[in-house]
Amino acid sequence: MPFGLLKYGFSKPDPARRQLPARPDLRRSYDVVIIGGGGHGLAAAYYLSRYHGITNVAVLDKGYLGGGNTARNTAIIRSNYLTPEGVAFYDESLRLFQGLSHELDFNVLYSERGHLTLAHTDAAMRTSRWRAEVNAHLGVESRLVFPDEIARIEPTLNLSRAARYPVLGALYHVPGAIARHDAVAWGYAIRAAERGVELHPMTEVTAIEQAGGRVSAVVTSRGTIRCGAVIQAVAGMSSVVAKMAGLRLPIRSIPLQACVSQPLKPFLDTIVVSGSLHVYISQSSRGELVMGSASDPYPLYSTRSTLEFAEGLMGHILELFPFLGEVKLMRQWAGITDMTPDFAPIMGLSPLDGYYLDAGWGTWGFKATPACGRTMAALVATGSVPDLIAPFALQRFDRFAMLGEKGAAAVGH
Amino acid sequence: MKILNCPLNGPRNIAEFVHGGEVREMPDPNTCSDAEWVDHVVMEHNIAGVVREWWCHVATAYWFIAERNTITDEIIRTYPASEVFRDRVDFGGPGQGGPR
Repeated sequence: MPFGLLKYGFSKPDPARRQLPARPDLRRSYDVVIIGGGGHGLAAAYYLSRYHGITNVAVLDKGYLGGGNTARNTAIIRSNYLTPEGVAFYDESLRLFQGLSHELDFNVLYSERGHLTLAHTDAAMRTSRWRAEVNAHLGVESRLVFPDEIARIEPTLNLSRAARYPVLGALYHVPGAIARHDAVAWGYAIRAAERGVELHPMTEVTAIEQAGGRVSAVVTSRGTIRCGAVIQAVAGMSSVVAKMAGLRLPIRSIPLQACVSQPLKPFLDTIVVSGSLHVYISQSSRGELVMGSASDPYPLYSTRSTLEFAEGLMGHILELFPFLGEVKLMRQWAGITDMTPDFAPIMGLSPLDGYYLDAGWGTWGFKATPACGRTMAALVATGSVPDLIAPFALQRFDRFAMLGEKGAAAVGH
Repeated sequence: MKILNCPLNGPRNIAEFVHGGEVREMPDPNTCSDAEWVDHVVMEHNIAGVVREWWCHVATAYWFIAERNTITDEIIRTYPASEVFRDRVDFGGPGQGGPR
């Protein structure tokens, strides 16, 4: 080893810089305990410490930070949803994402690409028109485009009338973007830790204690901690953790698989989605094609991959981009989604005082990270539910006030 | 290919089946409270572990019951619904109740 390198390694004036502090010992009590150290939990910790002066916060995760669904999604950010409640919420999140690298002084590789939701049937065209109108009404840039314009936006897309399901048109959402999902978790974690938030990876919650209708303590694999408030941000395991708090949720845990190809030269500018073919595809900044499809056909807590997924997806991908036939798949994986009956999340208060829910993230969780973290932090700090997330309360199910979010990725058209 | 053993058709590709949700008792809609009905219609046990569920072989429209481990993706046992539902279920008339 070169001597200069060794000298630098042991240098006192230039010590090796850690981005995240080492895991401290668990204290006996915190103002706020956040269960789940993914993007959502870390974002809530960041906004609590940065904007509400609440820094006596512990973020617990049974694995490593950002190792769950934060690492497993396809990193698409958009706000072209269908319900007015959904559009308002996701558009606020998109706006926060646009400024996130500056906010965190940490590059999350936010890349605005434009987002095409292809329509291959009259029914899908109708939904696209509906979404375009709702979006335009709420100030979100979405419009219906037809094959001649699609050919200019995404020249590599197969628009042949000879395809099995020819493209009739598309919903074009100009601000659609992708970001580096891991960086979002790391950025929030670093800035929250700088303000005093404690990060406790490899700390599994095994029970939740309550006293007089209020959450009082969280029992973990490293000891019991008392707390004033708990945020549960564990999408994929929401039912299991909520059960510890004595709660039942309208959620089925269903795997959602995705995969990436070998890296290719940049050719795909936009994010291309087809609800009818159950396909979404974008090209990451390192050239890999990031591809996903419909949710798995039955509930499961296992993140196994299936050949059926890859076969089905590739059949449709090759219809849209026939020249990808020789390209190799590199990795395939699954995340566990929280599927709700109305394809909308569950955020806000729970029947247990001091216990806050950040759950119901089906196929729409990553894009919600900043807005969810910020509103959950405001809720915990002020005790009042922000208007933006009021429609997503668990209590909506008591009144059958479902949201019917047909703009969610898992919904076929 | 994952195989599900259909009590009527024998071992078949799981792609031929649809999942129909957990087997559970329906409260009597004529006499239960709103909260009980909400609980039945929207809430899920969503158990991580062994569950008992309805499955349907689509090609033959045959409904049956499967016991499955939702952590390991193992199918433990499949059997006809008649093993559980022995009596005729009468859905007609007020207060008649659902499956027992």
